[in-house]
Amino acid sequence: MLRYTLKRLMSLVISLVVSSVVIFAVIEVAPGDPASFMLGVNAQEDTLAALRAELGLDVSKFDRYLNWIGGMLVGDFGTSYTYRTPVSQMIADRLWVSLPLALYALALSTMIAFPAGIYAAARRGKPGDLAVMGATQLGIAVPNFWFAMMLVLIFAINLPWFNAGGFAGWESGLWVGLHSLTLPAIALALPQAAILARVMRSALLDILGEDYMRTARAKGLSRRQALWRHGVRNALIPVLTIIGLQFSFLLAGSIIIEQVFYLPGLGRLVFQAISARDLIVVESVVMLLVFAVITVNFLVDLAYAAVDPRLRSRT
Amino acid sequence: MSRNLILGAALSSLVVLAALVSFIWTPYDHAALDIPSKLATPDNTHWFGTDHFGRDMFSMIMVGARTSIAVALVAVGIGIALGVPLGLTAAARKGSWLDEVIMRGNDLVFAFPSLVIAILITAVFGAGAINAIIAIGIFNIPVFARISRGAALSLWEREFILAARVAGKGTARISIEHILPNVANLLIVQGTIQFSLGILAEAGLSYVGLGAQPPTPSWGRMLADAQTMVGIAPHLALIPGLAIIVTVLGLNLLGDGLRDWLDPRIRVARA
Repeated sequence: MLRYTLKRLMSLVISLVVSSVVIFAVIEVAPGDPASFMLGVNAQEDTLAALRAELGLDVSKFDRYLNWIGGMLVGDFGTSYTYRTPVSQMIADRLWVSLPLALYALALSTMIAFPAGIYAAARRGKPGDLAVMGATQLGIAVPNFWFAMMLVLIFAINLPWFNAGGFAGWESGLWVGLHSLTLPAIALALPQAAILARVMRSALLDILGEDYMRTARAKGLSRRQALWRHGVRNALIPVLTIIGLQFSFLLAGSIIIEQVFYLPGLGRLVFQAISARDLIVVESVVMLLVFAVITVNFLVDLAYAAVDPRLRSRT
Repeated sequence: MSRNLILGAALSSLVVLAALVSFIWTPYDHAALDIPSKLATPDNTHWFGTDHFGRDMFSMIMVGARTSIAVALVAVGIGIALGVPLGLTAAARKGSWLDEVIMRGNDLVFAFPSLVIAILITAVFGAGAINAIIAIGIFNIPVFARISRGAALSLWEREFILAARVAGKGTARISIEHILPNVANLLIVQGTIQFSLGILAEAGLSYVGLGAQPPTPSWGRMLADAQTMVGIAPHLALIPGLAIIVTVLGLNLLGDGLRDWLDPRIRVARA
């Protein structure tokens, strides 16, 4: 296990370094000089030079890359070109909306998908299974931002249960904050739940054909007991992998959903930064998202290997 | 043929047909403003109603289908054109450094969701349909590389490949003449699924303004325009949404149906 962990850790570091180089290189291609963008066309040459020095733009590309990465490692993401505030502070503020939203959606998606998938697998081929499979087929086809608009139409405009958008802020209380994230979380969770329910069902169906399931039935367990004690537990392994992958989709997906509900999250930050050509903010948010995806996949791999020793030999 | 296949093929052809017909005929000019009849609900004159500028929604949906299909189709094309050769090469050189580099590269691209790639590209080059295609296309490459490598690996163990090798064919020729035709079915099925994901991704990107720009009609941007008016004119949001759902559902059913139909094992099991 230690050998495997070290090996995976190595490839984690390499992935992070390579993706940071790719992101930095792409942003470098962007035309225009941030300093002259900030000061306007009439800026004097010496003020421009001073600002470039202040922003750390006056050194070679290689040094700038090292400064960027080195800064990130200690939590210094640089200074926003438009707001002149630390990027790390801006990201941290927004993360308090995006991260809870993604986690809320993940919890909802799991809560819907598990019962639905288990129910469908237990009634394979019967009307209940067909109904669940039909519903998931539809759930996968629905764009989450459109579903979000429909939720607003029904539960915010026609029924006064929720606000159509905006975020109350955590300082007004946990319940108030969760309440304003509920519709966005449902919109994000539904398509993911449809995928997860299908994975749960097919994982269970694979397992129902295993010898140990027959053995369980032969030793006198009822169909239901065998399903719960031996089936669901073993099906969890592939399901957990998908949940890990979904977390990164949810985090990226929340960028679009935030637009529907006018939530002040990472998505809003990144779109504002794009239109203001505040590239250092874009660069850092993208790196953060990629970091999250790579790290979550790494953790899922480790969890997977801890549960199933056969995977450790495979690299 | 299964019900899935027939229903999926019917829905998908309906959308493709709408896109093709829109080149020669639409009920109205999709860009023509008609302010007096703005926000009309669906009726005999405007089958899907009109938007806030009085533009005919039915015509906009038809022309919008072109954008969705073109973006998704080219993105799948990029994925196949680059991903399949990479996957076949990796399989032919299994275990070599080349295989390792290709597969690690794949993992790396997977870490960039298509939305993130789109954000990066737009931040640097600006928004547009071409950039949406590139973003979705890049995301498709590892999908096709992985699936063709996986399928090719098991084919390389088969006797007919050994026979081809004994006959003196090189790895490149075997890959093209024997491996590729045998993974084609899988690629078609995966292509259909990626096509439907591409439609969804394009709609999402246009919705946040990273996709097709005005005046090119697109379903995602129709939804973005509808957002502030969803309370007074729900049909503005309902109709483009349903168009997306019908397309994606049709393609998914088609993909599922094709998989069952093309896989001889399932066919035998069913018979």
